[in-house]
Amino acid sequence: MDDLILTPNIDGADDFYAELLANHEGLDKADSDVLNARLVLVLANHIGNRAILTQALAAAALKKEV
Amino acid sequence: MNKIFEVPLYAYDRSPDQDAPAPVRHKVAVIGAGPVGLAAAIDLAQQGIEVVVLDDNDKVSFGSRAICFAKRPLEILDRLGCGQPMVDKGVQWNLGKVFFDDRQVYDFNLLPEEGHARPAFINLQQYYFEEYMVNRVRELQEQGAPIEIRGRNKVEAIGTHPDHVKLEVETPEGSYTLEADWLIACDGAGSPTRRMLGKDFVGRVFEDNFLIADVIMDADFPTERWFWFDPPFNKGQSALLHKQPDGVWRIDLQLGWDIDKEREKRPENVIPRLKAMLGEDVQFELEWVSIYTFQCRRMEQFRHGRVIFAGDAAHQVSPFGARGANSGLQDTDNLIWKLRLVMEGKAPESLLDSYDMERVHGADENILNSSRSTDFITPKSEMSRILRDAVLDLSEHHEFARPLVNSGRLSVPCTYDGSPLNSADALDGPARTRPGSPCPDAPLGDEFLLPKLADKFTLLTIDADAPDLIEEDGVEVTRLALSVKDDATLALKERYLGDNESGVYLIRPDQHVAARRPSFDEPQIRAAIRRATGKE
Repeated sequence: MDDLILTPNIDGADDFYAELLANHEGLDKADSDVLNARLVLVLANHIGNRAILTQALAAAALKKEV
Repeated sequence: MNKIFEVPLYAYDRSPDQDAPAPVRHKVAVIGAGPVGLAAAIDLAQQGIEVVVLDDNDKVSFGSRAICFAKRPLEILDRLGCGQPMVDKGVQWNLGKVFFDDRQVYDFNLLPEEGHARPAFINLQQYYFEEYMVNRVRELQEQGAPIEIRGRNKVEAIGTHPDHVKLEVETPEGSYTLEADWLIACDGAGSPTRRMLGKDFVGRVFEDNFLIADVIMDADFPTERWFWFDPPFNKGQSALLHKQPDGVWRIDLQLGWDIDKEREKRPENVIPRLKAMLGEDVQFELEWVSIYTFQCRRMEQFRHGRVIFAGDAAHQVSPFGARGANSGLQDTDNLIWKLRLVMEGKAPESLLDSYDMERVHGADENILNSSRSTDFITPKSEMSRILRDAVLDLSEHHEFARPLVNSGRLSVPCTYDGSPLNSADALDGPARTRPGSPCPDAPLGDEFLLPKLADKFTLLTIDADAPDLIEEDGVEVTRLALSVKDDATLALKERYLGDNESGVYLIRPDQHVAARRPSFDEPQIRAAIRRATGKE
């Protein structure tokens, strides 16, 4: 069974977070929503694994682990 | 112009039943002479079972209606003896284009798998489809087959009994009563039969309207399927352009929920919409215009004693994916051989419950697919629209997003996994031919595999020995002996053997796999035959 990584896994966490915010800078709410939607899809495709994606959806919804 | 759908093809003709002193009993009555009812009747008649088809009309369907017929139904029509004229007349296409807003985001080539007698699908107006089926009925009648279509025979009341049904039929010359051992209701989504019997039909209503227009034009559009999401000529909605035979083009325009249907259908309102889409200079003539809404729903059970429902009468889907008529033909394909065995006393009546189980499974798969297409085409919330548009924007730049674009998933036959008629898989073979699967076609030199399968059970042996004929409790199984050498392309091997040296397949009359093994084992095959006929 593949498990979603829910422990720290990004090198340079602060850098990543700043980059994420920077990409939204100057965008209005609607454009930010669109960007987020595309980002979710791009990342989901990269993960690819259906079981992991289901776990990720549950984790994002702050549900107990499934 | 006198279109085929304006000519009575089965005009009312007084039947001797109407003058009989007592109601005449028929073997099978079919209500509805649409694609599904005609398929049921042809299947019965060519197997020698007497059938009368009752239809309240006397013409084929008005307007093009169902236009996309997939490979599996074409294979079924081949078995029914009327596949060739459909394929000869139909338009074949492989190229599709997807547009979003004012631009093309990508195109695709369906590149169907090689080694099948029939194309992935054809576009053909439903009125041609029905006409060719009626022609097949006439041909069977000339050969003396027991089949009859009674036009303008409207069933007004149905009495159900343990061993027959009684029908009150209204005609232009008054009403009469007829009886039938079995009744197959193929009277469409609004099924009067279903209403008369007070049966449920629950599901999801989609709050949307679509304008369908068939236009005749000499335009230079290629034979492709074009689908628009949110185009400038139909802002916030979708559109589809698809070619049919005779220079007729199908145009679907999504209109939204809050509209005045009668107003939108008027040519003075339709024509400007079409001009905005096709260009001001394109010359066209309107053949047929209709507005439809749709629902995705099914009956809880398709069989109610001696009354069996098939096609849209039993289940209804959105049009995306062409899963209506296509799945209806798979219903009767599944039903008729079972009904025949039951009527001949060669199988218990409970075999018919497997029709219910297998085709409910098929209907659920179709409802799921067509609901998902509908949810993509017509997003129901702000976020579903944002995600949908994100998929479309990404699809222009990145290939990964294209499989997420859903403008309809074309009808493919379902595999009856878990059916009580299947025997456990005893061959470590390809997944696509596991028990419950529809047999994939394969080339055999200049011929093909599927036409060699009869209306009866077949024992397909590939490089394996077996008797030429097996009879198990009245059920005959004839052998079709093949070798991987019969197919130089190796598709037969790839689709039926995989890494195995040999294989034996028990194939049902509807060309679904009932059992498979590496070699012939008589007790096991006999058990599989009993199981596939509801005796285990």
